[in-house]
Amino acid sequence: MLLEIKDLRVKAEDKEILKGLNLSVNAGEVHAVMGPNGSGKSTLARVLAGHPGYEVTGGSITFDGKDLLELEPEERACEGVFMAFQYPVEIAGINNTYFLKAAVNAVRKYHGKSDLDAVEFMQLLRAKAKLLEMDQAMLGRSVNEGFSGGEKKRNEIFQMAMLEPRLGVLDETDSGLDIDALKIVSNGVNALRTPDRAMIVVTHYQRLLNYIVPDVVHVLTGGRIVRSGGRELALELEEKGYGWIEAETAGARG
Amino acid sequence: MSTSTETIEQLATREYKYGFETEIETDQFAPGLDEDVVRRLSATKGEPEWLLEFRLKAFRVWQKMTAPTWHNLKIEPIDYQAISYYSAPKKKPELKSLDEVDPEVRRTFEKLGIPIEEQKALAGVAVDAVFDSVSVATTFREKLAELGIIFCSFSEAVKEHPDLVRQYLGSVVPYTDNFFASLNSAVFSDGSFIYLPRGVRCPMELSTYFRINAKNTGQFERTLIVADEGASVSYLEGCTAPMRDENQLHAAVVELVALDGSTIKYSTIQNWYPGDANGKGGIYNFVTKRGKAMANAKITWTQVETGSAITWKYPSCILVGDNSIGEFYSVATTNNWQQADTGTKMIHLGKNTRSTIVSKGISAGFGQNTYRGEVRVGKNAHNARNYSQCDSLLIGDRCGAHTFPYLEIKNTSAKVEHEASTSKIGEDQIFYCRQRGIPTEDAVNMIVSGFCKEVFRELPMEFAVEAQKLLSISLEGSVG
Ligand SMILES: Nc1ncnc2c1ncn2[C@@H]1O[C@H](COP(=O)(O)OP(=O)(O)OP(=O)(O)O)[C@@H](O)[C@H]1O
Ligand SMILES: [Mg+2]
Repeated sequence: MLLEIKDLRVKAEDKEILKGLNLSVNAGEVHAVMGPNGSGKSTLARVLAGHPGYEVTGGSITFDGKDLLELEPEERACEGVFMAFQYPVEIAGINNTYFLKAAVNAVRKYHGKSDLDAVEFMQLLRAKAKLLEMDQAMLGRSVNEGFSGGEKKRNEIFQMAMLEPRLGVLDETDSGLDIDALKIVSNGVNALRTPDRAMIVVTHYQRLLNYIVPDVVHVLTGGRIVRSGGRELALELEEKGYGWIEAETAGARG
Repeated sequence: MSTSTETIEQLATREYKYGFETEIETDQFAPGLDEDVVRRLSATKGEPEWLLEFRLKAFRVWQKMTAPTWHNLKIEPIDYQAISYYSAPKKKPELKSLDEVDPEVRRTFEKLGIPIEEQKALAGVAVDAVFDSVSVATTFREKLAELGIIFCSFSEAVKEHPDLVRQYLGSVVPYTDNFFASLNSAVFSDGSFIYLPRGVRCPMELSTYFRINAKNTGQFERTLIVADEGASVSYLEGCTAPMRDENQLHAAVVELVALDGSTIKYSTIQNWYPGDANGKGGIYNFVTKRGKAMANAKITWTQVETGSAITWKYPSCILVGDNSIGEFYSVATTNNWQQADTGTKMIHLGKNTRSTIVSKGISAGFGQNTYRGEVRVGKNAHNARNYSQCDSLLIGDRCGAHTFPYLEIKNTSAKVEHEASTSKIGEDQIFYCRQRGIPTEDAVNMIVSGFCKEVFRELPMEFAVEAQKLLSISLEGSVG
């Protein structure tokens, strides 16, 4: 098991957001997480990444045999947890390429490897830029600064391709992408699907799942995963919305 | 407070790296200032009558002045009678090589990592080290002398080149200029003097390291740089100071004279003791720096200000000649309880004069950072151009940034552009970097150097590296 979340409880500013969430992900799998607005999907992603704004009040997260909650955000990143942000952050004055070099080398350093030299780095950069059809000009611009919504999302996946994580957590990467960009980004994600890597894909739209075909689809509502199923669950949700599941869950809880 | 703010705070609490004192016997005046002290000071230094007159006139003007209050600084009243106005190493060595320098002094320099060693000098830096108020070591003077370049301490210049000093001293910053400049004119201790003859380009960077040392000794450096027609020079000034409890006063005057077609580039790294994390101690730094550019001349001020409890400093350019150029590139950081009120004045008098101002203020902790800049275009300054850019970066939410641009335009053909921005190193940015594997401290350094890059670019290579290091030291522990 690559990732095992057990009975996870999370608070932010005295509000309980995740209320006993369970989720297991094997290497090689892609899991889709769907759910209504405000149900806690981004919270789950941020807590996996170690965002300091959340307090974990219960439960455990085991990643590749390690207690993830014990690790600092940068350590989690170096261990291979990557999060594509729902709202990527702009950093003025830092060139995208420079930023990536710092990130790639920070991860290498963590694993006791020496920095990539300029030539090796540029080769890697070019290969990945090609995969995501990144515009050269964007690589030289400040991190996300002045990028369009869709460009930011594409840049996130480009960064993931550069960093080659073990677990990719994609928070609504599809929103804001036009149809062509959606295909390109999905192809990029699919190219990263390997037997030793897993993805958690947060989305509102089953359309994305036509391109990135998930192994499992989960429904997160009320701070818990209340239903899991195959691809067809996403189609059902698209047709019927979340109300019926919420009603059933409430009924089941009695 | 969120966890990451705490981390930022912790980073900011790193202690001043250069806080140590040197034990050296000093010979100093008892505290106090009156006409007699001025006379005694001048006599001790064996100065000619005209210089004593200059000092006395300045002193009499100063006595009638009051310290300025227009700045955005909170300053405890300074007791000028509690300060000693002269201090010198007891044995005043006559040195041919660095081996002869007092070993205690040398160790201090080494601890500071100052490149006084000859190897470094050979690499292109001629070093004139000022220890306290008197120069104790000068290198590569002969080599410069072959080109007719004079590079010596101010006191030596008074003795050996009195006509040059007399001609230019006070010609850019008159002894009546302002409270601190007048005080300096009355009691200045020592500093550097540079003269470049007509058409001579100085083949190396000239550098001086100042250091405040003896207790309660006000430091009043006086620097004068004259570039004759078509000459050019790049001068570096860098400093660090030992840790002290009492506030120490520093009031320097720097005058630059750029004659027709000449270029003077003056770069500073200021890293004096900023006081401790509770705002105790630290240097008070009141500096008057000004250059006069004649026709086709160019003056560039570049400064990286990381130290001092209080910084009051406005390196300025008077663009007298047609087609002259003035530039000001500044990075000023305030962390903990530091306060800085700094900026520039660009005074356009000649036709087609151009000026550029790039100011980057970084505030962390409880630091208060004020940019104060004035652009004045005289009525004969046809086609004057100014571009100003003032950016502020805030780290944490208890610090402040303030911008006061002043404009006075008397010629309608002038074009003046002003851009300003304030940004904050947000927790979101730090988290984003950390999520990509980059630790907090590295993320802050990266964001800060990105913010400052337009200024660092103006510094000579080795200086840029040093500046970057200093900046990260001074901001360590400031982010979250
Ligand atoms: N740091 C925080 N402080 C306070 N409340 C928060 C914080 N983060 C999230 N919340 C609240 O927790 C709930 C879940 O937010 P979250 O962003 O995880 O939802 P989501 O499922 O990603 O929603 P969407 O589909 O709209 O992106 C919301 O009510 C939100 O306002
Ligand atoms: Mg969300």
